[in-house]
Amino acid sequence: MVMVIDELKKDAIRELIKNGKRDDERGFSDYREISIKTNVISAAEGSADVRIGKSRVIAGVKLEVVEPFLDRPTEGTLTVNADLLPTAHETFEEGPPSEESIELARVVDRGIRAAEAVDLKSLFIEEGKVWGVFVDIYTIDHDGNLLDTAALAAVAALQTMKVPEYKDGKIVRENLTPKPLITIPTQCTFAKIGKEIIIDPTYAEELVADARITYCVGDNMLYAIQKAGSGSFSKEEIISLLDKSFEQRKYLLSLLNKL
Amino acid sequence: MGGNSDVPLIVNGKRLDGRKMDELRPITIEAGVLNRATGSAYLTWGKNKVLAAVYGPREVFPKHETNLYGSVVRCRYMMAPFSTEEHGRAGPNRRSREISKVMREAFENIIIKEVYPKTAIDIYVDILEGQGSTRVAGLTAAAVALANAGIPMKDIPIGVSVGKIENQIAVDMMKEEDNFGQADIPLAIAPASGEIILLQMDGKMTREEFVYALDLAYAKVDEIREKQINALREFFKKSSAAVENEQDNSGLNTIEQQSEPIQQSSEESDAGNEASRNEDSGY
Repeated sequence: MVMVIDELKKDAIRELIKNGKRDDERGFSDYREISIKTNVISAAEGSADVRIGKSRVIAGVKLEVVEPFLDRPTEGTLTVNADLLPTAHETFEEGPPSEESIELARVVDRGIRAAEAVDLKSLFIEEGKVWGVFVDIYTIDHDGNLLDTAALAAVAALQTMKVPEYKDGKIVRENLTPKPLITIPTQCTFAKIGKEIIIDPTYAEELVADARITYCVGDNMLYAIQKAGSGSFSKEEIISLLDKSFEQRKYLLSLLNKL
Repeated sequence: MGGNSDVPLIVNGKRLDGRKMDELRPITIEAGVLNRATGSAYLTWGKNKVLAAVYGPREVFPKHETNLYGSVVRCRYMMAPFSTEEHGRAGPNRRSREISKVMREAFENIIIKEVYPKTAIDIYVDILEGQGSTRVAGLTAAAVALANAGIPMKDIPIGVSVGKIENQIAVDMMKEEDNFGQADIPLAIAPASGEIILLQMDGKMTREEFVYALDLAYAKVDEIREKQINALREFFKKSSAAVENEQDNSGLNTIEQQSEPIQQSSEESDAGNEASRNEDSGY
C-alpha cells in the first residue's frame, strides 16, 4: 500500500520540487526532525537509536578480542556492517546482503575511518591481540535517507562506546572504560531532482531523484564522498554541496554534543 | 587510505615512478580485442591491465528484470585473483560489488537506453593486473568497449583519479599512493557536458585542496579522451580496410562506392569529432 502511494506521489513530488516546495513543507536545506537516544541496548558496549523523520536506525557496537591486521599490528580494528531489515520496508528482502546494504555500510565505514574517529591505537591489548570494534547498523524503519540516519546512529553509538577489561585471557564486560571518539564526523546526503538539490530526501523523494551525493566532513576537513544514481552533478554543484555540508555540520554536531 | 607517514611517496620532488604531480601514467587502449563480445577494449594504464567487454543489447535474463521502455544496464567489475601482490579470493566481494554499482550508475547516465527497450546491456570489467585506480581505468576501458559495441551513448566518459600524497595534490594515484597517501578521489567525467557521473572520495582534504584536485582532474580529461578516440579510430580503420580487402577478393566492381561510407565515418571521427559531439550530445 505504502509503495503504491509513493509511486502515485512521484509526479506530484517532481512538480512540487520544481516550484521550490516539498511534500512536507520543508525548505530544500532543512533536515526532518532528528532524535538521538543512546545506550538503548544494555548488552552492547555502545548503542544508539536514531530517527530522522520516520526513518529509524539502531546501531550497536560490540567489542571482541581479535588478531590485528598484519600491516597494523598495534592497532584495534573497525568493522561496519549494515542490515536492511525486512521490517523496515517492503522492498527489503531476507537473504545475502544487497548492493544497497553493502554501499550503506561501506560509506558509513569510510567516513568514520577516514576521520580517524575511533582511537584504534589505544585498542592494543598485547602482542597478537587487539580490540575489534564491530559496528552493526540495523535499519528498523525506512522513509528515506537511511545513509545519514545510519551514519548518525553509528557515530552516536561509537561516541558512547565503553571498552571492557581484558584480564587473564578473559573479557570482563562489567569493568568498562569510556572511549569517546577523537573526532566526530558528520554526514550529509543530498538528492538531485531535475535541476534542484534537496537535503535529507524522504523515500518518495528518493524514488524520483536522479542522483544522490553524500559528504562526510569534520571541522574544515572533508573525509568522504559517495555519489550514486544515474544522474550527474556539475563541478560547481559538487563544491557548493560540500560548503552546505560544512554548514549543516554545526547543526548535526550540536545534536551529537548533547549526548 | 593509510596516511602512514613512514612510507615516502615523494622523493626529490618526484613520485615513486618518477612522475610529476600532474602527470598521468602512460595509457594504451586497443578496441575490439575479443571475438564473441559485441564490443571490447584492452587498456593498460601504468601497470594496470584491464579487459572490458560488452554483450548486448540482448535478451534479459532473469526476465523479470526487463524494462519495457529501455535497456537494462548491468555492470560487473572484478579483480582477478592474480592481479595483485597477494592472492585475492576469486569472485565478487563487497568492494567489487560497490564499484560495480557506481560504475553501472555512471553508464546509465551515458547510455541512451530508450533505443533498445526490453534488452540488457552487460558490461564486464576485468582487472587482470591492478596497481591503483583500477575502477577509473576500468571505466575508461568500458567506455571504449561500449562505443566499440555501437551502443548509443550521449558521450564517451573518461575516468581519472586524483588524491593527496605528502600534503600535495596529485593526479592518477598508483597503488602505493592509494595505500599510503592521505586521500583518493576516483571520478568519471562526461567530457562534452563536463558533468561528473562518478565520484567517490576517502581520506582527508581541505576544501581548497578538494577544489584544486577537481581542477587537476578536469585538466586531464582531453589527454585520456584522446587515447579512447584513437583506439576507436584505429579499430574502424582496420575494420574498414578489412572490408575493402574482402571486396577486392570477391571481385566486386562497385568497391569504391561500397567502401566509401565506411571510410567517411572513420574520417569524420578523425576531424570534427569534438565539435560534433558537443553539438549533438543533447545536453
